[in-house]
Amino acid sequence: MISTFANPARFMAFSAWATPLFGALAAVLFAIGVPWGYALSPADYQQGETVRIMYVHVPAAWMSLIVYATMGGASFVSLVWRHALADVAARAAAPIGATFAAICLITGSIWGAPTWGTWWEWDGRLTSMLVLFLIYLGYIALWAAVDDEEKAGRFAAILCLVGLINLPIIKFSVDWWSTLHQRSIFQGSSMSVDPSMVGPLMTMFAAYAALFATLLLVNMRAAIHRRRVEAQRLRSAA
Amino acid sequence: MSALAATFRRDLALAWSAGGGALAPVGYFIGATTLVPLAMGADRALLAAAGPPLVWIAAALAVLAMLERLFQADIEDGSLEQMLLSPVSLEAMVLVKGAALWVAVGLPLCLAAAPAAIALQAPLELIPAIVASLALGTAAFIGIGLVGAAIAAGVKRAGVLIALIVLPFFAPPIIFGAAVAGGAGFGGPFLILAGCAAASVAIGPIAAAAALRLHAE
Repeated sequence: MISTFANPARFMAFSAWATPLFGALAAVLFAIGVPWGYALSPADYQQGETVRIMYVHVPAAWMSLIVYATMGGASFVSLVWRHALADVAARAAAPIGATFAAICLITGSIWGAPTWGTWWEWDGRLTSMLVLFLIYLGYIALWAAVDDEEKAGRFAAILCLVGLINLPIIKFSVDWWSTLHQRSIFQGSSMSVDPSMVGPLMTMFAAYAALFATLLLVNMRAAIHRRRVEAQRLRSAA
Repeated sequence: MSALAATFRRDLALAWSAGGGALAPVGYFIGATTLVPLAMGADRALLAAAGPPLVWIAAALAVLAMLERLFQADIEDGSLEQMLLSPVSLEAMVLVKGAALWVAVGLPLCLAAAPAAIALQAPLELIPAIVASLALGTAAFIGIGLVGAAIAAGVKRAGVLIALIVLPFFAPPIIFGAAVAGGAGFGGPFLILAGCAAASVAIGPIAAAAALRLHAE
């Protein structure tokens, strides 16, 4: 399937119908998830209404990790198989992932102020998430700094792969170090949140995932259009 | 003389050629360390509590300053093509260049860290641990710095880009090295720091060589 989409024309044909589909799916999921999380689910017995930030913060955190892993996979495919659209995908995903990471950090800080008594804490989870955000910024800056697009793609792929080491550190930081941050909600075969909160949480996660798919396809289509315009301009100038 | 030994001697000579030899990065390091009590206030108790780990910031900045020209000069004068043509693998060449930088900059830095840490009110019995941990830490910085320097080698004013790429990966050595300087001595954090150094020395040259091959195309 990955090799099918190495052909930009085939990818454009696919994304022409896939993008509005994912967009509609995201809109529906947000329409269900936001009122469910904001009003129709119970408040926490300890945290009160502030627990509702969880429905924004946790899916954003999960997505920032998933997007980086996607970029890592795309970078690997780009380096090993010289796939035509893999570095386009990685470059398109980076600002989306960086925004998810920023949302995670900011909403987490807002959540921590009333519940932990501090806006920030230099523990393992927060520090490694901040490092992930900085790696995203460095990745985006690298694409902008190198003139030759193809070389920029390979350099960025190397940087992305080197940065993959951070993902297990983020995931396991709450287990390895004592921290203010909650442990993972997936404890063995059970979950550590109340079942009434699992529904809105997973709906919001699906909504964020559909949103990522939509924005990724939009960005990739824009990048391919930009390449075609550039090629056209070069041809007409020759 | 083998190609690797020749590269080592050449890079050592180049690093020390900028008038004053090892004094330039050491001077930078001492200067940066001096800024710490100026910023924190000269209260001895406060410095004793928080000062010694800050030599790590100064060491990281000093290594960052030396990274920019590491590969840029080789690309400009054509040495990179010669390295690619030689029978020795590029990864080994890059490792040897990193080793030369460590001997030229890292070792003087960790020796200069002894008076610097004392000036920042570190207890005397902690100094051997601080010096040893900085030797490992500068190796870790250089290992990962090789990747940043190789990636950004063709870019104008690459210093800021290298810093942006490399600083997130400086975080683990700084965290554990600061724990050593903060009182842990040769305990657990020191061993984890050794692990970080081993990992970046092992992985850095491979990624850097991959990036350098792209430059030569």
